[in-house]
Amino acid sequence: MSSEIAANDHSAVLLEQVEMALAQHRPLRIKGGGSKTFLPQDEQSLSLDIAPHTGIVNYDPSELVVSVRAGTRMTDLISVLEASNQMLPFEPPLFGPTATVGGMIATGLSGPRRPWAGSARDYVLGARVITGLGKHLRFGGEVMKNVAGYDASRLMAGSYGCLGALTEVSLKVLPIPRSQVTLKLEMDAHLALKSVRDWQRQGLPLSGACHDGATLFIRLEGGTASVQQASQQLGGEEVDSSFWTALRELQLPFFNDQRPLWRLSVPPNTPWVDLPGDVLLDWGGAQRWLKSATHAAEIRTQAKHLGGSATCYTPKPGIETFHPLPEGLMRLHQRIKTQLDPQHIFNPGLLYATP
Amino acid sequence: MNIQYDERVDGRIAAVDKTILLNQIATTVPGMQVLHQLEDLKPYECDGLSAYRTVPLLVALPDRIEQVQALMRIASEHKVPVVARGAGTGLSGGAMPLEKGILLVMAKFNKILEVNPEGGFAKVQPGVRNLAISQAAAPYGLYYAPDPSSQIACSIGGNVAENAGGVHCLKYGLTVHNLLKVDIITVDGEFLTLGSDALDSPGLDLLALFTGSEGMLGIVVEVTVKLLPKPSCTKVLLASFDDVGKAGAAVADIIAAGVIPAGLEMMDNLAIRAAEDFIHAGYPREAAAILLCELDGAEGDVDDDCARVSAVLEQAGATAIRLAQDDAERQRFWAGRKNAFPAVGRLSPDYYCMDGTIPKRELAYVLEGIADLAEKHGLRVANVFHAGDGNMHPLILFDANIPDEMERAEALGGKILELCVAVGGSITGEHGVGREKINQMCAQFNNDEILFFHSLKHAFDSEHLLNPGKNIPTLQRCAEFGAMHVHHGHLPFPELERF
Repeated sequence: MSSEIAANDHSAVLLEQVEMALAQHRPLRIKGGGSKTFLPQDEQSLSLDIAPHTGIVNYDPSELVVSVRAGTRMTDLISVLEASNQMLPFEPPLFGPTATVGGMIATGLSGPRRPWAGSARDYVLGARVITGLGKHLRFGGEVMKNVAGYDASRLMAGSYGCLGALTEVSLKVLPIPRSQVTLKLEMDAHLALKSVRDWQRQGLPLSGACHDGATLFIRLEGGTASVQQASQQLGGEEVDSSFWTALRELQLPFFNDQRPLWRLSVPPNTPWVDLPGDVLLDWGGAQRWLKSATHAAEIRTQAKHLGGSATCYTPKPGIETFHPLPEGLMRLHQRIKTQLDPQHIFNPGLLYATP
Repeated sequence: MNIQYDERVDGRIAAVDKTILLNQIATTVPGMQVLHQLEDLKPYECDGLSAYRTVPLLVALPDRIEQVQALMRIASEHKVPVVARGAGTGLSGGAMPLEKGILLVMAKFNKILEVNPEGGFAKVQPGVRNLAISQAAAPYGLYYAPDPSSQIACSIGGNVAENAGGVHCLKYGLTVHNLLKVDIITVDGEFLTLGSDALDSPGLDLLALFTGSEGMLGIVVEVTVKLLPKPSCTKVLLASFDDVGKAGAAVADIIAAGVIPAGLEMMDNLAIRAAEDFIHAGYPREAAAILLCELDGAEGDVDDDCARVSAVLEQAGATAIRLAQDDAERQRFWAGRKNAFPAVGRLSPDYYCMDGTIPKRELAYVLEGIADLAEKHGLRVANVFHAGDGNMHPLILFDANIPDEMERAEALGGKILELCVAVGGSITGEHGVGREKINQMCAQFNNDEILFFHSLKHAFDSEHLLNPGKNIPTLQRCAEFGAMHVHHGHLPFPELERF
């Protein structure tokens, strides 16, 4: 299976580049497939190109684990898993055909199945990392349960490459559900949020819940019996499952709008609230996409008031991509960054500006 | 190599005048219960790893967050180490006290603050027992998924510190997968929130880092856990095998058939007989191994999966397959497994429980290796394990009253863990490193990796006051440990000073 993907151990070259950067005190911008275009760009730093470091290092479907080099394309990994009827349950968005495994974990993003299946970091079992001291280290492993030492590999998920360069990750995978159905139900957002919570408490096999302003889309996944039963209970119209791909990749008509795109992450039981712009609910309401020209500070205040945070998906000068941290946490972030990357060579300023 | 705290290799601890410390605590933190007489301190001298005991300098029992903050400020000022303790059920000595340290007992933080069925979460204080959360959620048809065998007694704060597991991890994950948020007090007494009520939070995933950090990075003062709807149907299959290897292969076959059991447990013959004699669970005494396979979900799905798993087990050579006919039989099947440790305890005056994890494909090889090692050390080993996730619990039988048996048991345990690491596994799946496996950490990680851990620790606790000596060894300790394991004439860590 792994022969389908070109295997190329490029780690020695990557390590050399990091050593060089350390010796010359020159920052590096870690680059995978360049698919996450919403991130702030950095034209000045040298790039550390992970894409040539490819290949599946180990995959045994009965272990439910795949170990894969960071430069491997997501599309390649997904097709290998699908050939064994398995998947990455957190359904990561790709944002382009060049997306790599390293970029997927470094950004830590998860798709529509996230509230029910867990997040990218939940599926990380191990990682290999080139550190800010120029060492190539291994944390975690290929086993489901492992509490030896600090959980450095899950810390890498969503760290945007600021703590080191990921070269390999081991991920838990799961079988593709036997049965799946997508339903379309006409109802307003208030009722949709309430209904989804009720269905969830009843233990219905939900794996997607999105409201686009007029219509609720529900995905049911699991065994044949439970999906059929839940489908009959909910009614509505059965539609094509490609809806979830379009949602995951932000390609629904909703996203075709000139105003900046914001992602609000809020507590799952947050009721419908009027936000200053057009809103699309995903994750049963826990993730709210907002198209809005309103001032960033006001959007962030509203998100915070709801108990959540706001990320800006449209790069704009003067707008921070990520939600600011409380002071105490910010200081802790700075101490961690300084400890692990004392020369601040990895992705400077990408996650938060460092002093 | 002894695992008691050794200042020579584990780091110096400042001597502090107990009277001055007590006076300052009494003035600065009035109303907080503090124990300092030997007879009061004695009950706290060990946790679940009871072979090792140290009487702490004093025991603090705060009942308010402000008291924890004030205590941490005093400890920081005097450079007195602080060991946090929940219910003290940990098996790796994570809450083992220090002679010169404060034992911070969080048992009085025992309130369930909120059960929110709408949001599917509960906010609890760290001293709340694991099982009490599920009991409080039960009226709403919800429960808290991680279920370590000690769940009747262990506290959620300790579960966070150890990233506790249980028998349902393969499907429902460990503690880290079932948390939304923890409030912590830092070594300086600062209040921080890691995670949030939302499904993700800005910045680094410090909740993931903190979970399982064994009290080395901060003190847990509040936990928000996820609650799940209780599955409407649960069924258990019991399969017997005349060969351990066949049972191991059956585990892989079940997964390969696309089934994720809620629990998938294996026991070998010694463990089967011990459990059967103790609990009368209805286990086949003559079987070389049994598998317990629990399937849960909607009834129709569970029935389909039962049929699928039965077919796989038959194909894999099971000599008998039984489906628990009712709830009582299901409970009985589980009772044998859940009481396997005390059952084995009846076979031998003492036993020592290991916690290594391995890739499932190595099961037969590792079991053979354990049998060989046991014979070499002249000891018996009963095997009980979470087969679905490769987490083994070999139980080494010994008698501490026989000279050198405990040393032999420890040596055998160490060898078993090194075998787990050698096949690509880990020295601990769910019990934690604590003090118990501090030396084996040197086998699993190289010195650069250990230095990386030290850097993380430094960012939270630069003076090493939070639970020093646990979880991550010093390089000095690894050098001494490594010196006893010289391979091919090469000394590990040649750059370090020898003692």
